[in-house]
Amino acid sequence: MRNFLPWNLHVNRFAIVATLLLASFAARATDVPEFHLAIQDHAFQPAELKVPAGVKFKLVVENRDAAPEEFESTEFNREKIVLPNGTASVYVGPLKPGSYKFFGDFHPDTAQGRLIAE
Amino acid sequence: MPGVALLVFREVLEAALIVSIVCAATRGVRGRGFYVAGGIALGLLGAILVALGAGAIADLASGSGQELFNAGVPLAAVVMIGWHVVWMSRHARELAQHMGAVGQAVKAGSSSLTLLLAVIALAVLREGSEVVLFLYSMAMGGIGAAGLAGGIALGVGGGVLLGFALYFGLLRIPLRHFFSATNAMLVLLAAGLASGAARFLLQANRLPALGEQLWDTSWLLSNGSLAGKTLGVLVGYDASPAGIQLVFYAITLLVLLGGMRWAARPVAPARTDAASTRGAAPARP
Repeated sequence: MRNFLPWNLHVNRFAIVATLLLASFAARATDVPEFHLAIQDHAFQPAELKVPAGVKFKLVVENRDAAPEEFESTEFNREKIVLPNGTASVYVGPLKPGSYKFFGDFHPDTAQGRLIAE
Repeated sequence: MPGVALLVFREVLEAALIVSIVCAATRGVRGRGFYVAGGIALGLLGAILVALGAGAIADLASGSGQELFNAGVPLAAVVMIGWHVVWMSRHARELAQHMGAVGQAVKAGSSSLTLLLAVIALAVLREGSEVVLFLYSMAMGGIGAAGLAGGIALGVGGGVLLGFALYFGLLRIPLRHFFSATNAMLVLLAAGLASGAARFLLQANRLPALGEQLWDTSWLLSNGSLAGKTLGVLVGYDASPAGIQLVFYAITLLVLLGGMRWAARPVAPARTDAASTRGAAPARP
């Protein structure tokens, strides 16, 4: 039995992850600006949202529909299920100035929008 | 129906690529089909349970439950893949004198078959739960049974077909290099999973970004494109990754490759006391 090796490796990796996690709690900003989006009739309101560039912010997505939606952006790399009549928050950025598309993955025909970081 | 087919296809493809690599890595192992089918079935069952419990999961950890879940599932798969490749490197060496390359791998592969079953189950569970919620959403929208069934059939069919294409493509690799190749693919797959997990933890603000958008290659290959998604699964491609994702990717690569090297090092000719080999292994050129 020399199977202790993987354990050691994994313990090390967990130690690293745990350290990173702890470090992040210390660095966790409490006063991150918040921006709100709503989903209604499978469309975003507003469809265009201005956000500050170069700052981390919290995006709160409220789903007013009776169907689940997935809020997703391949341009600022986020995805999260928003349950019916529920809200979901994602932290975004800091983003470079520019326009970033997002969409509702379950209704991409109508649920389209973008963030304007400036 | 096209919308249903497209989303189902994308999710099925992601899971199918992982299943294909695992299937290739366990080539020739007896009872493999049973394990693979079992893994898929468990994954589907889990997907339904996760979708049903989505509300409860979402509310965990002050709203970060979904991210923690989406990070935990692939990280669990990373640990299992890591165990498999290290185990395999170790035992391939041990059996080298007695068997041909395939025999060794088969012997080694069968021992961690359960782990790989879990990897398959986790992959199916992750993609599957999203599909279940999507289909529920579609059904609420009044798409109708025919549209739903047609979309599912097309999507699943397409995804599985590409999975088989990858599998049979991999089978063309010469036997001599075959298991080195599948091990390498497993390592890259694991690194990509770890990077994806980091992205979810970042999304929940549980990790420092260590630099957002380090570069942007979406002009060349976007995350949303089919090729981008495929490479995302296979090697962890991300058009504009954050620093923490690179850290997770690199740590996984280093730990797995280091573990494989360690495991494949020369060992004592006659298996002596296990503990004594912990330090310097007796030299045997």
